[in-house]
Parts: sequence; C-alpha cells; structure tokens
Amino acid sequence: MNNLFVFCELDEGRPAEVSLELLTRGRSLANTLGCRLEAVVLGSGLEGIENELFPYGADVVHVADDPVLEHYRTMPYTSVITGLFRQEQPQVALMGATSTGRDLGPRVSSAMHSGLTADCTSLEIGDHYVKKTDTTYKNLLYQIRPAFGGNIIATIINPDHRPQMATVREGVMKREIVNRNHRGELKKIDVAAFIRPEDLVVEIIERHMEARKVDIKSAQIIVSGGYGMGSKENFALLYELASVLGGEVAASRAAVDAGYAGHERQVGQTGVTVRPKLYIACGISGQIQHTAGMNQSGKIIAINNDPMAPINSIADYVINGDVADVIPKLIKYYKANAR
Amino acid sequence: MNGIKIVVLAKQVPDTRNVGPDAMKADGTVNRSVLPAIFNPEDLNALEQALRIKECYEGVTVTLLTMGPVRAAEIIREGLYRGADDGVLLTDRAFAGSDTLATSYALALAVRRLAPDLVLGGRQAIDGDTAQVGPQVAEKLGWPQVTYAEAMQFEGEKLIIRRRLERGVETIAARLPLVVTVNGTAPACRYRNARLVMKYKYARTDTELQAESSDYIAASRPFIRITEWGVDAIGADPEHLGLSGSPTKVKEIENVILQAKESKHLTSSNADIESLVRELLENHTIG
Repeated sequence: MNNLFVFCELDEGRPAEVSLELLTRGRSLANTLGCRLEAVVLGSGLEGIENELFPYGADVVHVADDPVLEHYRTMPYTSVITGLFRQEQPQVALMGATSTGRDLGPRVSSAMHSGLTADCTSLEIGDHYVKKTDTTYKNLLYQIRPAFGGNIIATIINPDHRPQMATVREGVMKREIVNRNHRGELKKIDVAAFIRPEDLVVEIIERHMEARKVDIKSAQIIVSGGYGMGSKENFALLYELASVLGGEVAASRAAVDAGYAGHERQVGQTGVTVRPKLYIACGISGQIQHTAGMNQSGKIIAINNDPMAPINSIADYVINGDVADVIPKLIKYYKANAR
Repeated sequence: MNGIKIVVLAKQVPDTRNVGPDAMKADGTVNRSVLPAIFNPEDLNALEQALRIKECYEGVTVTLLTMGPVRAAEIIREGLYRGADDGVLLTDRAFAGSDTLATSYALALAVRRLAPDLVLGGRQAIDGDTAQVGPQVAEKLGWPQVTYAEAMQFEGEKLIIRRRLERGVETIAARLPLVVTVNGTAPACRYRNARLVMKYKYARTDTELQAESSDYIAASRPFIRITEWGVDAIGADPEHLGLSGSPTKVKEIENVILQAKESKHLTSSNADIESLVRELLENHTIG
C-alpha cells in the first residue's frame, strides 16, 4: 500500500522509452520515500513483459492482459487504472506526457479527485509547512515545471489528496538499468472485475502509426532554429549545416508554431529534451521552455543579432550576427579546415 | 444529426506567445495588465468544428461557455461574431484560484444545466498547456471523451472522428453524448461576419451593463444579453471551488534567472568564424 506507481505504456509491444525513464526516476524517489516501486502495464499478449521492467528496479509489476486493452482507449484504461489505484492507494503515480498519458492522466485524476501536474521538468521529494494550521506535511512530491510563458518556475504540491500525480515528457529523465538480474513480483490484474460494458462504446475504426522518423534525441550535434530564422526557406540553411556536420535539425516552439518545422523536431518543455555534444541555436531567443530542453548540452553556440537574448547567457559562444550570413561561413570554414 | 445542442468550452488567455520584458512585475508576479487577452487558439478550432456541424444540419445550436472574470465576455462576443448562437459567462469570486480539477467541476455543472448533446473544446489553453480540463469535464459528466480531434462528421447516429496522435492518426466512432477536444491541426476558425458584428456589438452581461450604465441599450435590444451565472446558478458547492476545491497547491514560484556562463563573444567576421570552427575541430566537438 501507498507505494509509488508508474503507468508503463507500450510502443509496438515494448515498454515505451518515457516509461523506462520514469521507472528510473521512480526508483530513486521510492528509495527516498522508503516505499516500493510498482509498474502497471495494460495491453494484450503481454507474456513476459515484466522481465523488461524488473531491471529498472520495479518491485512489483501489475499486468492487465486482455484483448479489449490491445490499443489504448480512454474508458477501459481509466476503469482499470482507477480500480487498481482504489485498491492499492498509491501515494505517487507517474505517467508519460504522451498522447496516451495526457488523455488518461486527467481522466484518472478527476475520478480519484487528486491533483495532477502536467509536463514536469523535475520531480523531488520534500516537506511543506503550513503556517496557518501549524502542520508539516512530510515527504511530498514536488512537481516542478516552468509556467506562464516560461517566466516562472512553479513547484506544485498536492498535500491532501492521493495519489500525487504528474506527467513527464520523454527525454526529461534519464533511463538507467538498476540491476539486470533484479526480479520482482508479477501481479495479474483481473480485468473483467474493473471494466464495464459502457466502457467499450467508443470503437477504433482505423489506426496509422508512423515509425519514428526524426530522432533528434540521439543526435550528437543539433542545429536548431527559432522564430528568428524568419521563414521556412531559411530553415534550409540549417539542414545544410546539419548535414555537413553530421547532425540533426531541431526547432523552438515558436518556429514549429510558425510552420518552419514539424513538431517532431521541437526542443523544449512541450517537445523533446536533448543533451547533444553541440547545440547550435540559430535565431532562438531562449525562453525557459526552450532552454529547459537543451541546457544540458555539452557546448552551446548562440547565433542571433539580439545582444539581450536570454539564450546568450547559457551559451559558450555567442555570435552576434545575421544567421543568413553566419551559417554559410560556418559551412565554408568547416569544409576548409576539416580533414 | 438535426436539432443537436452543442456547447463549446472556451477560455480567455493572456497571449503568452508574445510575452515582453515587462510581463513580470518587480515582486515577481505576473503583470496581466500588459498582456493582451485573447481567445485561446485551439478553442477557436473547436468553435469552427461546431459551426461546421451547425451548417450541415437543421436546428443545431452552438452555445459558448467560458469561465473567468467579467472581461472574459469579450470572447463570447468574439464567438457570436463568428456564428455562435449564444454564450454563458461563468463568473464569481468563488471560482478564483481554481486548478484544473475545480475548474472542470464548475464547467461540468454548467454543462449539465445547459444539457447539450455534444461538448467541444480546444485540446489545451496556451497559458497552462495542461490539456486536463476537457477530459476532466468528461469524467465529471460521466461521458466518453475523444481528445486531439482534427476532423469529424456524422455517419448516422455515430460521430466519426480523426485524432492526431504524436506519431500517427487514429479514426474512431462514438455516440453522443460526448466530449471532444480539438487540436490546433484542425481547420482554423472562420473570420468574423460583418452582419453578426453589427448584431452583437452591444451584447453585454448584466455586470457589464451596470458598469457601463447603458441599460437603455439592452432595453431596446432584448436579444443582446449574455447570460451570466455564478455559483448559485449552477448549484456548486463552494468547498469544491477555488483554492479549497483544488488538490494542487503552488508551493513556490521562482523567477527565472538564467545562470550566466562564461561566454565567448564573437562577431560574424570571417576571422572570428574561422577561429571558432578551428577551435571546435581541435577539441573534437565537431569533425
């Protein structure tokens, strides 16, 4: 009872990257809290799935294996998760901030009347003192996220309601195997006990999932463009530089919103978090939502003509100039000097 | 689907996409007065979907529902200019400080009173990006939800909806009643209609009328009242509203002060760029 739960979603039958990252973070939070780490997996044909989760430190893996759960659907998944949560009373529940987690999380939080914080960039454990009632809440989950245009970082807590729920984007936490040989307990969920016939009224007619095409997360060099690139055409310069350097092209949210690049290339709080060896920020002002997704890069080069741009303060090199002028020069001198 | 009643959930939000340097006050709080207040972009996508259904069938009504300060009546007028039939403003001091759960409680009660067949709303609001209120309203109503919709049409009794997921597209079929949240990838909302602007230009809530002491306008044009509901009108329990009804609390707000690194400043001169490239090659950052 009162353990830390991680909802593990599947990606083509395997545990999703974000779920493994959350298990890793969950393991260390559970250690701080002195509680167990429990994973929950829903799907169909899940024989052996627990063995992919135990190495990340899960003490218990709950498996709901049923044909009606083959593809994610809000209602049956909500019924199983809330049914399990009512039974197990978790103190913390974490989910990936994916299409699935952002659909399921709020539904579950409403059913449980518990708080949910979306898109956290950091999770910590700490106390909270309320002066008015002279009460100290011990070991709460600090759900930390940028808010309001990135001008502030808010720490959110849920003192009185359980589970304390949070979603986190892929790439924000690090994935790490605790022990390859670790084995925990497998618990099968009695799916029929939780699902009602009316949960199955929404039917999936067709699904087209695309394989991950762009993978900026594993790129060692990232050439990233912001709204300051001015146009989709100017983004061609970034592709040219990226291909010369052997990197990938990324973009800020403002550039994605303006249609300069696809969402799969977006770096930041509501995009992907990256840690490349080199991050070249072109025409990016550097609002906190963006920098939250790239400030752990090895080296950062900022190219823009705004001496006051916030990105400059976290950059190792600041090139004051016009991107359309600087990028071709970078390409030229790279070609001239590289062997 | 002739004769169905649609409620569109909409929110007036500060335009966080255009936050200037004066957006924060010296004490670290948000200076809302300098931020332009706009119709949340994805709620406009939702309104467009509602108006398309209205055009295809007989007797469909579209009601805009928003919660906020009196000023939020602006987006109801904006919706009326584009083709909504009427609007309800949920406004009360008791709503202030509500998190997504307390907000969805109030909205769900208002939706119940309006008794629609279909509720549409944007996927998320740009001031919080949480995407929680739609699903939470659906849960409170006990209705199914369909999120991230970008196209929808009726086939008989069923609404066929195309959903845009992170890495793909899914088409689902669902029956009413239903809550649907609409993605920014759905068609943009139509523009204001000049005739409707003329008709609804003076549409006012009761509180606005009192403030403007222009009751005479309302008296001569009975159709331009915007409904205004408080806690009592929706039968809400004040314990479930505002700060007391919100499980999430803000423990701490920290202003963002970026830790300045020891940066090297360069110009775009040939010499500067070439020496940078050489340095990066030498320390094996590139190459």
